[in-house]
Formats: sequence, C-alpha cells, structure tokens
Amino acid sequence: MSDLRYALRDSATMLRRYLRHLRRYPAMAGMLVGMPVVFLLIFVYVFGATLGAGLGEASTGRTAYIAYVTPGIILMTVAVAATATAVSVCTDLTEGIVARFRTMAIWRPSVLAGHVAGSLIQALLAMTVVTGVAVLIGFRPPADLAQWLAAIGVLALFVLAITWLSVTLGLLAKTPETASNTPMPLMLLPFLGSGFVPTASMPAGLRWFAEYQPFTPVINAVRALLLARPAGDNVIVAVAWSAGIGLASYLWARRLYNRDLVSA
Amino acid sequence: MTHPGGPAAIAVRGLRKSYGDQVVLDGVGLEVGAGTICALLGPNGAGKTTMVSILTTLIRADGGAICVAGHELPAEAQAVRSVIGVTGQFSAVDKLLTGEENLLLMADLLHLGRAAGRRRAAELLGQFGLAGASRKIAATYSGGMRRRLDLAMTLIGRPSIIFLDEPTAGLDPRSRRALWETVGELRASGVTIFLTTQYLEEADQLADHIALLDHGRLVAQGTAQELKRLVPGGHVSLKFADAAGIESAIRALGGGASAGEALTLQVPSDGSVASLRALLARLDDPQTEIEQLSVHTPDLDDVFLALTSLPPAEKELSG
Repeated sequence: MSDLRYALRDSATMLRRYLRHLRRYPAMAGMLVGMPVVFLLIFVYVFGATLGAGLGEASTGRTAYIAYVTPGIILMTVAVAATATAVSVCTDLTEGIVARFRTMAIWRPSVLAGHVAGSLIQALLAMTVVTGVAVLIGFRPPADLAQWLAAIGVLALFVLAITWLSVTLGLLAKTPETASNTPMPLMLLPFLGSGFVPTASMPAGLRWFAEYQPFTPVINAVRALLLARPAGDNVIVAVAWSAGIGLASYLWARRLYNRDLVSA
Repeated sequence: MTHPGGPAAIAVRGLRKSYGDQVVLDGVGLEVGAGTICALLGPNGAGKTTMVSILTTLIRADGGAICVAGHELPAEAQAVRSVIGVTGQFSAVDKLLTGEENLLLMADLLHLGRAAGRRRAAELLGQFGLAGASRKIAATYSGGMRRRLDLAMTLIGRPSIIFLDEPTAGLDPRSRRALWETVGELRASGVTIFLTTQYLEEADQLADHIALLDHGRLVAQGTAQELKRLVPGGHVSLKFADAAGIESAIRALGGGASAGEALTLQVPSDGSVASLRALLARLDDPQTEIEQLSVHTPDLDDVFLALTSLPPAEKELSG
C-alpha cells in the first residue's frame, strides 16, 4: 500500500514540475489551441456551406456542418497535443536533471507519469477551449448531461492512450526535431477518417482504411453522443482501441525508459 | 558487508563494460573505505564517467561484483539509490525552475515533508551562497552558481556516499577552491566521496586514495605519496647564460645530465640540500655561469604522464 502512496506522491511531484514549466512557457499551450481553432474556422466558414450540403443528412448547410465537424476538430486537438508531448518528453530526457532522477530512490515511472498527467490536463483544457469556440460560432449539441459525460469519458480515455503513445515516440526520438515529426501522421488521421466528411463518400481502399483506423470510432462515438444519436458499437470499439493503444504504449515506454541511459 | 581494515563504502571486483567492440572498463577492482575520499584519475575517454554511471545505477555492468554501501548491484539498485548522491559532469538542475524550486523538488522526491524540506533548502541556499538568487530561474545562473546548486541538490537528503563526476570542470580557480573546501567539509562530516577528475592537483589536494584509470584499466592506485614513489621524476633544472657554460657543465657532469630546452640541463636529484651542494661543487668553474636553478620533486603529473603512456603490456603496476 505504501508503495502505491509513494508512486502517487512522486508522480504528483513530477506533475507539479511539469505544470511549472508550462506556466513559464505558455507559448506551447497557445499552439495547442490556436491550430485546431484555425482549422475549425476554415472548415466552417470556407468549406462549411458546400460540405454541409454534401452530408446527405436531414439538415444541411453551414450550421449542420459545424455540428458534424466539431468532434473531428476536437480529435485534431488530441493529435496536436501528442506532438507537444513527444517534443517535451524528448527534450526533458536529454536534460541532466532526468539522469539525477534515475539515481534517486523514487518510483521510477514517475517522470513519465508526470508528463502524461500534465499532457492529459493540457489536452483536456485545449479541447474545452476548442469546443467553446465551436459553441460561440453556432455549435448547439442537444446532448443531455449523461451523454456529455460519456463523450468526455471516451475522449479522456483516448487522450490518455495517445499521450502514452506520444511519450513512447518522444523516448524513441534521438532529437526534439525527430520527436516533432514522428507524431505527424496522427494529425492526418482525423482527415483520413470520419472527422471532416462521411467515410461513405470515399473511394473503396481509402474508405476501408478510414473505417477501421482508431480515430474514426472515437469521432463517431463523440459525435453520436453530443448530437444525441444512437452510437451503435462505436463507444465499445473506441474504448477498446484506447485500452489497447494505451496499455501497449505504456509497457513500451516503461521499457524504453529503463534501458541504459548512456549508449556510447 | 565488512572488509579487512574497516568497512568499505564501495567495493568493486572485476568490473567490465563494453559497447560493441569497444571495451570501456576491463576488469577494474577498487575499494573505497567509509568516510574517505577516492579520486579516480584518468585522461579523457579512460572510462571514468562509465564507472560512475555504473556505481550510481545509471547503467549496468557487463560483469564483475559491485557493492555500494553494502548493497549488491544491480540487484539492490533501489537500496543503493537511497543512500547515494550524485553530481554529474553535466549540470543536473532543472533550468526552468528557480534555485529554491529545484531544492524543494528534491526535498519532495526524498519525501522530506513540507516544513523540513523548506528548512533544509533555505539552509543549503545560504551555505552555498545562493540565497540572493533563490527566486531566479536556474537558466540565468553562472556556471559556478549552477554547479553549487547542483551540489546543494545532491546534499539535500544527506547521502552517506557522494559521487562527483569532474566536479570542477569548467569552473574558475576561485569556484574550484570553494568546491574543494566544501568537499573537505563533507569528508570531515563522515561522508564517503568518490570523485573523478582530470586534474592531478585536485586529486593530490583532496583524495586519501587515488586510482589511475587508463583505457579501462587501473594502472596504479594508492596514496598520492605512494604514486609519486612509482616514478623517478625528481630532478634539478639548470639554466646557463651561454653555450660555453652549458658545454663546460656537460663536461663536468659526464653522462648524468640531459639537455632540456635551450641552455638548460636536467640533472636527476632527490632534491635534498646535500645533493644540491654536491652538484654545485662539481660545477664550481668560473666559466660555468648558472643563471637559474630550480628543483623539481616528482608530482602526480609525472606519474600520470609516465603511467598513462605505457604500452598495454607493461601496465601491471597496480597493487
């Protein structure tokens, strides 16, 4: 039991360290919000009327498209946050302070846990702001409280999984430049899924990929919950993907962190 | 774990480590008595940092028996971590935090408790002359200040064994002396110190025991005095006014002298007054005008240069 207490205590200490860094350099957090918001505005005001007309749903037009695209933009925020996490993990591990942590009798994964908890908070805040902007420009989800909580739960679990994945990518990268490049494909996944247009409108090969990649069930689940529509098996599939990605990434990250620090 | 002659804080036997084909440590054996200072001396690339990294649980050895504070490595790494403090070659402070926040971070990780942590941090900030800069972020600190903060962070949990990897590299002479003083005080308080250095003066000043590492092997170890006895480095250096002087001196001394720089001769000597008197008597010729005379006793430089330049086959001087 006391082991668990120390694990939590050390992780909380590392989280405080991470949040201090964040407070001292708020520019990074600004990017997390800025980029999805710009995409939201472009997709709603530039493409919105045309794409809305092509949704093939009961209501069409720009307002309908805001409702359709907002879950996609929220998932894009997850991908942007992943890049930030990978860069900050990679940068941090080149610092002497992490070598010092390794020589101390602390709960070993606490350095990584601090990064994950910090990134999770950061990503959830960014998603809140992005959703707020969507509401400002006309997003009016009909969801009730239970559906909101379910949507937040699905998103939080997915963010946790993607954060552990980006910690792994940050540990794998030799330089912060590499760390900022490797999570790039994640940014494309909302596009190559159901984030911006229905997958049914895509050509066969792409459509197959779009329907089976992990972002699609998460986007579909969040969209169904927020728009108070039947979610089908999307919630279950989204949770399964999150659990799988999260667990595999956590184990991989822990292994990478425990390897020899000096390799030459 | 006890050893003849008192408990050893660090005991290493047959330590080996290689990276691919490159052998970094090749059967190193070493014992450091509790409460003493051991200096691991060696040129760049000798394996000093690798040795420290292994002893401080950062990396695993390929082979050998390692015991730190009575705990075997790598099996009892966490127990070792709880009694050691490490100040590495590269600054291990969080540059985005203030000096005080850095110390409180350490205090939190050591589970000191809030009040005790604050007290200890304030005490160390004062002791290391950082009280005035405690609210500034470490990125704005000078090299010397950062090193002092680094050491303060190492000391916050009162470790019984401290590892210092080239602690004075890049420091100005004043900061270096100040650090030596701190190391001396730590030893007086009963802490065991394992330090690596390239500076012979540092080893000579600080260490009870010096181990000379070259190409991954210990080529010699002992006290500074014992090491100095290993090399015949003592000589008298004579500088003459002109060529005629040096030639007549060479004639007078026969084969015993060797020419150094322009117009200087080096004559082997133990540095005693009697031997100097005898030497000058042999040169008592009005033509042999000696401009300058200096006496060199063997120093660690001589030991270092003599032992680290020998071909591998002749390096079995350790004992």
